[in-house]
Amino acid sequence: MSPGALLSARDLRVGFATEGGLLQAVDGVNFDLAGGEVLAIVGESGSGKSVTAQTILGLTRSPNAEIGGSVKLGEVELLDASDAELRKVRGERIGMVFQDPMTSFNPVYRLGDQIVEAIRAHRGDVSKTEGRARAVELLDSVGIPDAERRVDDYPHEFSGGMRQRAMIAMALALEPEVLIADEPTTALDVTIQAQVLHLLERLNRERGVATILITHDLGVVAEVADRVMVMYAGRVVEEGTLDEIFYDPQHPYTWGLLGSLTRLDRPRPKRLPQISGAPPSLLSLPQGCSFRPRCPHEFSKCPQMPPLEARVPDSSSHCDRCWLSPEQKRAKREVGGRIGLEAPA
Amino acid sequence: MALEPQPDPALPSGEPDEGFPAAPAAVDAEGHNPWYLAYRRLRRNRLALASLALFGLIVVFVLAAPLWANHVAHTGPNTTHTTEKITVDGEKREVVDVEGKPIGPVWFGAGGRFFLGADSGLGRDEMVRLMYGGRTSLFIGLTSALITTVLATILGLLAGYYKGWTDGIITRTLDVIWSFPVVLLGIALGTALAVGGLKIGPLELSGNSIWIPILIIAVVYTPYMARPIRGEVLAMREKEFVESAVAQGAGSLRIMFGELLPNLWSTVIVFFTLNIANNMLLEASLSFLGAGVQPPNSSWGKMVSLGTESIYTSPLLAFAPGILILLTVLSLNVFGDGLRDALDPRSKVRLTRAEAAESAAGGAI
Amino acid sequence: MARFVVRRLAGMVLVLFAVSVLTFAIFNLIPNSPPAQRLAGKNATPTLVKSIEKDWGFDEPLPVQYFETMKKIFTGELISYGDQLNVDERIVEGIPASFSLAIGAAVIWLSFGILFGFLSATRAGGWLDRALTVGSVGGISIPVFLIATLFLYFLTYKIELFPASGYVPLLEDPIQWAYHLLLPWFTLAILNIGFYSRVLRSNMLDVMREDYVRTARAKGLDERRIMIRHVLRNSLIPIITLFGLDFGATLFGGAIITEVIFSLGGVGQYAAESITNLDLPPLLAITIFGAFFVVLFNALTDVVYAYLDPRIRLGSSAR
Repeated sequence: MSPGALLSARDLRVGFATEGGLLQAVDGVNFDLAGGEVLAIVGESGSGKSVTAQTILGLTRSPNAEIGGSVKLGEVELLDASDAELRKVRGERIGMVFQDPMTSFNPVYRLGDQIVEAIRAHRGDVSKTEGRARAVELLDSVGIPDAERRVDDYPHEFSGGMRQRAMIAMALALEPEVLIADEPTTALDVTIQAQVLHLLERLNRERGVATILITHDLGVVAEVADRVMVMYAGRVVEEGTLDEIFYDPQHPYTWGLLGSLTRLDRPRPKRLPQISGAPPSLLSLPQGCSFRPRCPHEFSKCPQMPPLEARVPDSSSHCDRCWLSPEQKRAKREVGGRIGLEAPA
Repeated sequence: MALEPQPDPALPSGEPDEGFPAAPAAVDAEGHNPWYLAYRRLRRNRLALASLALFGLIVVFVLAAPLWANHVAHTGPNTTHTTEKITVDGEKREVVDVEGKPIGPVWFGAGGRFFLGADSGLGRDEMVRLMYGGRTSLFIGLTSALITTVLATILGLLAGYYKGWTDGIITRTLDVIWSFPVVLLGIALGTALAVGGLKIGPLELSGNSIWIPILIIAVVYTPYMARPIRGEVLAMREKEFVESAVAQGAGSLRIMFGELLPNLWSTVIVFFTLNIANNMLLEASLSFLGAGVQPPNSSWGKMVSLGTESIYTSPLLAFAPGILILLTVLSLNVFGDGLRDALDPRSKVRLTRAEAAESAAGGAI
Repeated sequence: MARFVVRRLAGMVLVLFAVSVLTFAIFNLIPNSPPAQRLAGKNATPTLVKSIEKDWGFDEPLPVQYFETMKKIFTGELISYGDQLNVDERIVEGIPASFSLAIGAAVIWLSFGILFGFLSATRAGGWLDRALTVGSVGGISIPVFLIATLFLYFLTYKIELFPASGYVPLLEDPIQWAYHLLLPWFTLAILNIGFYSRVLRSNMLDVMREDYVRTARAKGLDERRIMIRHVLRNSLIPIITLFGLDFGATLFGGAIITEVIFSLGGVGQYAAESITNLDLPPLLAITIFGAFFVVLFNALTDVVYAYLDPRIRLGSSAR
């Protein structure tokens, strides 16, 4: 565990027993989250990013789940924590925000009551009136107008963006050290997305709460993140600071992700570049490197064994998993004048 | 009370973005179609298979009625033997004694005659009656379920697809039928039609036709099946494959029967199976009360009714048909549940790790 | 909400009308024999049949017939030609027994149904769940007359634990009232316990997968609170709808077989006797009243449901 790291994962593995066999959703993930830092975990569906996030809080525990490795919050090992210990961490030391604000609140209880419930679960001495007052404060702090009145409304009476803000408020009610946001903007309109992201960024800046932001959208990452971790098929394929990832990406998948971003400062391509193919079924991964079938730079070593994690020379924390040499990478990633996986038409 | 946490996040809410393993996809890794997958799941469900076997046994039992009647018991279901005597294990005994009490189960003591004894008062062979009565019960159950399923599916499709006026009329009509307590509606129709018979247009049935209870039961349960089907059609019709069919110029009939219906099959099959069970229970209740099967026909329900008259002296006469009804309905319900689980795996509690490892290794079981 | 209630009640009136028309059709139109003859029943003499024809207006157009029939039922003038007794009076006499039976059974089936369903769902896959599931499938498969006859034979005859028949009015002797009703209550309840526990189990398992349950867990709430305040609370809403309908159907003549076997003398038993005697007027009245209860309870449960679900109660307008 790196000194100063608040939350630390080592060789995290999560597998599920399904009808089709054992599905390895997360296969050896490592990361460190420092206090006050924003770590973005980026990947497509099936990359294992959400499973990783939910496993931190023990939300994936079930009879058919095999969870291995280590996730430490300070000195506390979360993966084998008892239910009682886990309950103390949830909400109080780590808060979580989920993707769909529509369904993440219970429709039959007032919003304020649900926030108060979160508070009183950990601070039994807080009275209902005190709790309600705190809830109003919280709603106000995330920018919900007329909070005094709206705290008594039901979830369906809020718009999507408002609901998501309320979720964030609830997650931060007990001033946790870490906030995990699992695709917080995916279910929202584009204009609202920006607002929620700004909110997250502001909260991180003002309160110093370390944040893990899960997303499939690199554009979102650029706004808020300090460090970025790219996941593919359950493994981390590249990890580094924001600048390192955006300006010195090492892994072909990262190039593909960057290449598919549309940029306002470049001429519009005739065809939006995409990464061809689709993520593999986790039940039948390709031999060797999982990204191989979609990678135009595949060569003889790739099918032999999955690439090992390698530190990028001259950097302290930038790593990736690709058999290409650093020189080859630098050469191959420039396509048509920009970073990408294939030439834009 | 200690509650074990039983979160099951491995079951997704349907969004692959969550990164969770999706429910067994429509086509699995080896490209099998969903019917084959369901079949395999069903095969693994031993309880469901046992129930199916039990139901099969019962069907064989009732189908064997003529064989038994002619070759073993040498009598018919309605032939009375009030004054006869039979030889049981060498001893001569009366079929119905002076006080009117019929002989109890003889088993094979008389070569299979009066295997379960005689029925009270009339001295008829109970075993033969059970077999023949079962034929009626099963026939009514199956046929009415068939009719209900066809009616409910068509009405559900029409109402869900066309919406608007069509839906309004169909749903209102079904609502009215649905407002009557099932048994009350059954006995109302059963009694009224028993007296006079039925005449609607060209359809004419006499008061004791077996088709009257069949039609009554079929109609009574139609709303219960049509509503869920309509609900599914309403949900399905907003999906993209319907839009694309319309864009390709497919007519309404083709969309209903070519696109929507194929997706309804699994629901329809499960409903059909469970409906047979319900219908048999209803027929038994109606016949018990006298508003179902009319003489000279007999069914298990009717036999129970007759049996209760002499329940303290010859309890078997009331219990035997009742237990047969229970076994038939139970086997259908358990099998129906198994069918539902096989066709929609999300409803089932997940496999253990061992089972998953076994299925991964075994592949084709 | 008020508008919803008004609309619902208006709809209810329409359905009641349709129900009365359908009942009329069942008894007077569909069967293929002269209606007057049918109504006369077993003691049909030509003079009787003629007088019925006049009395009921069978020589008049259909709407008049309908009106006459309804008038008879609702002004207490309906007479059974079999025993010359006033139908509506006899029905009223039977109500205490039927209602006692229905209410007691309902309390039992609701409590046990919810208890078993809750236990099954919270211990899904365990041995208790399996045992309860077997029990509930058994419960819904067993015909009412089989349970009743088994109870009758074993618990009142073989072992004389309970009285075999009769209804003792509540006000006369509450203990005997309950004592006589215990077996009938459980007879009626067993089927419904099985059904309700399955439904609750299924609802709860569905709700447990909902996102808001995951949120509750992520907030650090303890399992008990999650199961009761979030899962059970939301799972009970559809149960209440179901219960309203079932109760409405059982209340008035829905427990016919139970009443017959235990000789409780309620409305259901009256219906059963009428079937045996092919006596149609009582069945006419009982059917229509029975359906009215269902329609009434249907409307009531819709209103209750609307109240319980804030999305409906307050209207779903996002501000």
